[in-house]
Amino acid sequence: MYARERNLKRGEKMNKFKVIIILAMLSTITGCSETSGLFGKPGEGNDPFAEISKSSLDYFSSNVGDTTLFKVNQSVIEPEYRTLLDSQAKWIKENSIASVTIEGHADEQGTREYNLALGARRATAVRNYLVSNGISESVLSVVTYGKERPLRICSEESCWSKNRRAITIIKGIAP
Amino acid sequence: MIMSKFSPLIIAIFLVVYKPLYSEQVVPEIDIEVTDGVVDPIPVAMPKFVIENYSSSSVAREIGQIIRDNLIQTALFRIIPDDAYISNLTSIDAPVRFADWRAINSDLLITGHVEVNGNMTTVKFRLWDVVGQNEIFKGVQFTGPTSSLRRIAHKVSDLIYSGITGEGPYFDTRIAFISERGAKNDRTKRLAVMDQDGANLTFLTDAKSIVLAPRFSPDAKQILYTSYETGRPRVYLLNLISKEVRTFPNLPGMTFAPRFSPDGDSVILSITDKGNTDIYIVDLERNTKQRLTKNKAIDTAPSFSPDGKSVVFESDRGGSQQIYVMPSKGGKVRRISFGKGRYGTPVWSPRGDMVAFTKMYQGNFHIGVMRQDGSQERLLTKAFIDEGPTWSPNGRVLMFFRETAGVNGAPALYTVEVTGRNLKKIALSSFASDPSWSPLLD
Repeated sequence: MYARERNLKRGEKMNKFKVIIILAMLSTITGCSETSGLFGKPGEGNDPFAEISKSSLDYFSSNVGDTTLFKVNQSVIEPEYRTLLDSQAKWIKENSIASVTIEGHADEQGTREYNLALGARRATAVRNYLVSNGISESVLSVVTYGKERPLRICSEESCWSKNRRAITIIKGIAP
Repeated sequence: MIMSKFSPLIIAIFLVVYKPLYSEQVVPEIDIEVTDGVVDPIPVAMPKFVIENYSSSSVAREIGQIIRDNLIQTALFRIIPDDAYISNLTSIDAPVRFADWRAINSDLLITGHVEVNGNMTTVKFRLWDVVGQNEIFKGVQFTGPTSSLRRIAHKVSDLIYSGITGEGPYFDTRIAFISERGAKNDRTKRLAVMDQDGANLTFLTDAKSIVLAPRFSPDAKQILYTSYETGRPRVYLLNLISKEVRTFPNLPGMTFAPRFSPDGDSVILSITDKGNTDIYIVDLERNTKQRLTKNKAIDTAPSFSPDGKSVVFESDRGGSQQIYVMPSKGGKVRRISFGKGRYGTPVWSPRGDMVAFTKMYQGNFHIGVMRQDGSQERLLTKAFIDEGPTWSPNGRVLMFFRETAGVNGAPALYTVEVTGRNLKKIALSSFASDPSWSPLLD
């Protein structure tokens, strides 16, 4: 199964216990949940995720954002994604995340091998951005899926633009 | 994970030159020029093969059907229906009444004899030029296990095809490919092999990991492929006889796009390390690697020339994905694709004179061929996605996969002649991609 789906499913399963466990953890980690409000999205105060801990995986994927999109055949981080990646870096640091995998993907409009290499370029662009924002190289790993795992399945630009992506996946929360 | 159940690939078939009463070898008057555009199929009479005994009849029928299917598949031949025949074949050694076969406008006559003895089958056949009233070559006899009668039939087909066209044989070959199932965003992929005509399909991996782009070894006994078994793409080498799988733990990062060298001693592949993809040659015995390209561009999809001296690959070093050639020992890199659009997946023809490729231009994908210097580019197909050509061992036919567009889009395998004629879909019960045509089997 696709790693991101697996990750989300695991997140769902953990949901019941997560809040309690993480709250317990937070009591020993200073300031985590408080400072996370600084990089939240506007209007966060009354969002439906308010009850979800700000150090949870769901919070990361829903409120911080895990997806960086790219132009056709490009792997340059567009200016509009810098804020997102800044927030990712902050969240990863503040939650002492020990393992992050960045998945790189391409749309179907390319050959298989080239798209594998292109996906690796995109994932690495995100990785390098996070490193330049103070995330340790040892925390970050990359994997390319080329065109093997499309998120959207129509054969139009509306889908392709969503498939040219790098996903930041939080692998574990440090104790 | 490798499946434990797997039928052996190599089955001994004994070829014997069978000495019939009339066995002069002469040059046929019929001459097919396969390089031309449209060809009228040659009318062929192929009466039911004579059977040695009643228990041979079903095997004879099956072998006859496979030979007919192979010949028709080439679009070079058409089989005259049985009910038109005037002559009745009662013995393979009896004199041929050419006038009877000419009267039904047959140019060629194929006669045969089948004997099933225990679990072995022997096929004798003869090929006649009805116009010139000559036997085209000496009668030939094959003996092999009845369980591999399809291979016997393919061997017979190969001799007929080669005898008439002068082209190399290609029916007794296999295809390694990726069998796919499921929705477009939830595909499972399995490594599979089958005969060239789609028969005898065997799965080699389960559906747990994504697998990509299998490639046959020059002896057809090993397959290179890429798998996500560890969570990242890595190259594996599967021995089809021992079923052992070899990994390459010394290679860093992610590895993919492997192909064998012509001598089978090394593998050329791509390594992606720190986001950059370059080409390396791995010596299989010494387990050492030699770096072939070193720059910030994507260099991938390498393929050796048949003499092993050159490598063709794709790179975006010039700004867009194009095809380049370089010496396999390293050295000067030279771009060969100069048409409009992007080019990828180059693969050198077995004859060494051409390179087949995938071309992307104005929202379409094409399979095309060009001379090894990039001249005489010809596009053979056009579709939403046509990708990943592989050559038949005689260099006459290309197999590739065609993927349809949209939310239900899915891939299937197709063949097309290097002339651009005779586009055919291979009927399979699952989606299929990434074909690799084996060399001619022993």
